[in-house]
Amino acid sequence: MTGSHSAAIEVSDLQVSYGSQRVLHGVNLSVAPGEFIAILGSSGCGKTTLLRTIAGFQKASGGAIRLFGRDVVNTPPEKRGIAMMFQSYALWPHMTVLGNVGYGLRLRGVPRDEIRSRVASVLKMLNLSGLEERKVTNLSGGQRQRVALGRALAIEPEILLLDEPLSNLDAKVRIQVRSEIKALQKQLGFTAIQVTHDREEAMTMADRIVVMEAGRIAQVGSPEEVFDHPNSPFVASFMGAENTIALDVRPSGAGVEVRAAGGSATTWTGTAPVGGVTAYFRDDVASLDDPNARIEGSIVLPGTITQRTYPGGHYRYVVAIDDRHFTVTDSAYHELDRPVRLRLPLASLHLFPTEMIKGGNHA
Amino acid sequence: MSIKMPMTSSSASVMESPSPAVRNTRFERDPAPSAVSARAWSLGSTLTKILGLSVFAFLLFGPLANLVLWSFAERWYAPFKLPVSYGTRYWEVVFRPTGDAMSSLMTSVGIASLTVLVALAVSVPAGYALARLRLPWRTALMILFLLPQAFPSVAIYINVARVFYSLGLTGTITGVVLVHAAHGLVYSVWISAAAFAAVDKDLELAARNIGASPLRTFFTITLPLAAPGIMASAIFVFLESLDEFTGTFFVGVPQVTTLPLLLYNASMGGNYQIASITALILLVPSILFMLVIERFLRADVLSKVGQ
Repeated sequence: MTGSHSAAIEVSDLQVSYGSQRVLHGVNLSVAPGEFIAILGSSGCGKTTLLRTIAGFQKASGGAIRLFGRDVVNTPPEKRGIAMMFQSYALWPHMTVLGNVGYGLRLRGVPRDEIRSRVASVLKMLNLSGLEERKVTNLSGGQRQRVALGRALAIEPEILLLDEPLSNLDAKVRIQVRSEIKALQKQLGFTAIQVTHDREEAMTMADRIVVMEAGRIAQVGSPEEVFDHPNSPFVASFMGAENTIALDVRPSGAGVEVRAAGGSATTWTGTAPVGGVTAYFRDDVASLDDPNARIEGSIVLPGTITQRTYPGGHYRYVVAIDDRHFTVTDSAYHELDRPVRLRLPLASLHLFPTEMIKGGNHA
Repeated sequence: MSIKMPMTSSSASVMESPSPAVRNTRFERDPAPSAVSARAWSLGSTLTKILGLSVFAFLLFGPLANLVLWSFAERWYAPFKLPVSYGTRYWEVVFRPTGDAMSSLMTSVGIASLTVLVALAVSVPAGYALARLRLPWRTALMILFLLPQAFPSVAIYINVARVFYSLGLTGTITGVVLVHAAHGLVYSVWISAAAFAAVDKDLELAARNIGASPLRTFFTITLPLAAPGIMASAIFVFLESLDEFTGTFFVGVPQVTTLPLLLYNASMGGNYQIASITALILLVPSILFMLVIERFLRADVLSKVGQ
C-alpha cells in the first residue's frame, strides 16, 4: 500500500515455529504510519503469535520485520520502541497506578516531578484522574484496562500493539472503550495493530482488516471490502456468511443462468464463476416472501419455517428446504410450519466454485 | 508468653465442646418420647469428643507444660509429683549477659543469619533458572538439591567432618554455616523456584516491552513479586539452622556451641532447668514463623513447589 521506507511496520515473509511446529507460514503485511489495523482470526490461527513476534517476545525463524525501515528481527523487545497492551493487562500488582503508568518514564530518566505531571495528564485523558496512589489490585476491570492502556501510551510510542484489549470487559463497557481507543488513536496519531476474534470490534475500530487462517493471511482490506467481497469461503464464513447452498451456473446470453436444486432457473446479468458453485450468505441477506412473489435477480426456494426466535428488533427463523436448514433474519412475523419462499438476491451472495472449497481447508 | 497462647487456645477448644452438647439435648427434647437411646447416643458421642480433644491437647501441650514447669522448678526430686520449690533463678542464670546460654544464642542466631545469606545467594539465581530457563536436566537438578535429605544424616556428617578436617573447617563458624546451608538449600531452592514460577511471564514482558533491560526487569518486577516466597524460604532456612544438631555436633564441636548443643549438654548433665529454658527459647522463632508463613506463602506459590 505504501513504499517500504515510509511503512511504520513492514512484515515480510515472516515465519515462526514453536519447536518443530510451524505457526506462521510466511506472513506479509505493511502498515502505514497512523493506520489502525485489526488482525482477525479464530483462536490458534497465529494472530497473537504474529503480534508477539512484532513485539519481540517470540523469535522469528525466518523473514524480516522493519519498523520505519529499521530491521528489528534480532532486536530485543526493549529496544524496539513498541508499546503493547496485554490481554491480561499484565499490570504489576506490587505498584500503584502511578508506579505502573510512570514505569516507562522512570526508565527513561525523566525527573520525578515531570513523571507525576505526565502520568496525571495520561490519567486525565483516560478518565482516571486522582487514582495515582491506588493499588492496581483495587481497581475495577475497566479501570485496569485503562491503566494498562495508559502505561503503554505514557512512553508516547509510535506503534501500539493491542492483544485482545477488550475481551475481559463486559459488553457495555466494551462498546464504550472501543470508541475511546479509536478516538485516542486519531488524536495521538500512533500506528496500531489490534488482535481480536470479534468481527464487530475489528469492523468498527480498524482502517484495514487482516483476516488470518492457519498461520497465513487470508485477506487484507477495508472493512467494507472484507465484509462485502470476501475472497475465499473461509473469509466469507468468518465474516458471518454461514449459510451455504449449492448452485449450478451456466452461461446464457449476456449473463448467466443460475439454478438451485429444487428451484427454477433465474437469469442474472452479474458475473459469476461458471459450473458447480457454492453460495455463502449471511442470515440478513436472505428474506422470506409470499409463496407467489417472483423477483428478478434472486433465487427463490420453497421451504417451511421450523423455528423462530426473537433476539430483539427482528425475528430469526430456521427455514428447512428439503433436508437443509438455513437461518434467516426477517423483520416480519411468520407462523411456524407454514410454507414460505426463501429469497436470495444473487448480488449479495458470495459465490465460489465448489472445487475450490473442496481443495482448500474451510472452517 | 509464647507458651501462654497455645495453652489458652487449647483450654478454649475444650471449653467450646460442651456447647454443641447443650444444643443437641435441647434439639432432642421436642420430638422425643422414643428418643432416650438417641439422647444417650448423642451424650456418648459428645463425651468421646471431649475425651479425644483432651487427649489430643495433652499430647500436644503436655510436653510443653512440662518444659514450663521444669524451667520454674528450683528443686524437684522424687517422690514428689510437682516441684518442691519454684523460682526464676535458672532464667536469671540463662539470661545473665555472661552466661553460656546468651553467647550460644548469639552464635546460633549469627550462624542462622549467615546460613540464610549463603542459601539465598545460591537459591535466588538457581530458583530463577529452574523456573524460567529451559534447562535440559531440570528434574535431575531439582532432585540434586534433595540429596542431602535422602541419606542418613549421621553418615553424611561424619564424612563431611572428615573432609572439613582436612580443609581446616572443623570447629569454625564457616564450616557450620556451610553444613547448615547445604541442608537448607532443599527448602530455599524448591520454594524460590516455585515463587519465581508463580510470577506471570507477561508481567516481565510488559516491562521489557516499554524499555526495561532483562536485569532491570528482574530487579524491579520479578524479584519483588517473588519476594514473599523467597522470604518464606529464608525463614525456613533460618529455623532449620537454628534447630540443626547433628551437623553442628560433628563439624562445630567443641569450638562452636549453638543452642541445640547447649541443650544437649545441659540435659546430658542432668541440668533439666537450663535444658527446658533453652528449649523454650528455641520454640519462640518457630511460633513466630508459623504466624509469618501463612502471610507470605500464598496458595499460588505453594501449588508450584516441586513443579
